[in-house]
Amino acid sequence: MKNPLSQEAMAKRIAREFPDGSFVNLGIGLPTLAANFIPEGRTVTFQSENGLLGYGPFARKGEEDPELVNAGGEFVTLLPGACVVDQAEAFDMIRGGHIDISVLGALEVSEDGDLANWFIPQRGVGRIGGAMDVATGVKKLFVAMTHTTKNGDPKILKKCKCPLTATKVVHTIFTDLAVIEVTPHGLLLKEVAPGITPAEVQGLTEPRLMIAGDLKEIEL
Amino acid sequence: MINKVFSSFQEAVADVHDGATIMFGGFIYKPGSPTNLIRALRDKGAKNLTVVGNWCGGADIDVLFEARQVRKAIASATVPMSQNPLSPFEKQYLAGEVELEIVPLGTLMERMRAGGGGIGGFYTRTGVGTVIAEGKEKKIINGKEYILELPLRADFAFIRARKADKMGNLIYWRSQRNFNPVMATAANITIAEVDEIVEVGELDPEDIVTPSIYVDRIVKVPGREGR
Repeated sequence: MKNPLSQEAMAKRIAREFPDGSFVNLGIGLPTLAANFIPEGRTVTFQSENGLLGYGPFARKGEEDPELVNAGGEFVTLLPGACVVDQAEAFDMIRGGHIDISVLGALEVSEDGDLANWFIPQRGVGRIGGAMDVATGVKKLFVAMTHTTKNGDPKILKKCKCPLTATKVVHTIFTDLAVIEVTPHGLLLKEVAPGITPAEVQGLTEPRLMIAGDLKEIEL
Repeated sequence: MINKVFSSFQEAVADVHDGATIMFGGFIYKPGSPTNLIRALRDKGAKNLTVVGNWCGGADIDVLFEARQVRKAIASATVPMSQNPLSPFEKQYLAGEVELEIVPLGTLMERMRAGGGGIGGFYTRTGVGTVIAEGKEKKIINGKEYILELPLRADFAFIRARKADKMGNLIYWRSQRNFNPVMATAANITIAEVDEIVEVGELDPEDIVTPSIYVDRIVKVPGREGR
């Protein structure tokens, strides 16, 4: 098997899904990287559940404002037209369906689009934060994750084993091997990473995959 | 005019009693966190506290767990950012020494907003089909399932703002705002630490984020002046 996609390549692929004029919420970790790859000519406004609408790139070293962070605690900047709100209002935007797309990381996704991403079994505790509200409230939920665990076990399962974040919410799964859409009839394999075959993806995925008639290689 | 300006953090937290429920502003790490009030509470030593906030591990309130002052935490997250070592909260929680009520962040905000605004509860879709829904009343509204969440109030709220006037009107700076304006409404006594205190009338009424009616005590952080 060829090399899986890098985190940057995954972020770049996901960012192509953000339409011009959209409002997007990015989860902690890999999803945050997608903000760096907005296709030219599009305006995408990023919302952070700690109360920012319209944040920009990370602050340059030495220019960080200690009171200006995104939901991942990273020092960011504000773009012209940005505004700050309290978190009750930030969650009105999220639960109220005002956010077009969110990208979250995941531990597991089921073939029904159930998401598990908050409980950390190795620690016996967890981090819900805004994940349940975001997963339930946004118009379109993307998941960005590695296709398997570090041990090579599938993370796309028939049923999630970890405690759930929300049920039947995931729209599309972007992994380092494939792009898979959750449809009412099951999982649809739409794109594969360069050099990866559909059979290889299926071998690392628990539920059966349908293969799209127009299956493509992920464009980098 | 009642004097709301306290000259020290010690004085501002002097009446926090054993068993009190306290809300703490601040998202993660520093922005909007009432660091000085938390340290004063650690020094005062009130016990069996219930703490309400975003994180109970890897945050300023770690010092209250280290001093074993906390009985219960109500929070949306218990784990510091990924690879950090176990926080004082996690060690005590895993040893069965503190209780945890984990609440989705948006639901936590809304429960405090209900508590502050005299609302008896609300139905939300957040948490449906998860452990959060266990034991809660369910209702189908417009064909979708919701769960009932109840209001949350506290004896004290410790908050952080950029600037106060002497009446207690507050304004914030950037992501410092986070929990603070909502917590201010949901506690019997709200104590704010601020960078700067100005005369009444100096803040434009259009700019005030937290109105004075919600704020009982203000303390200036020494050595921090305005931007």
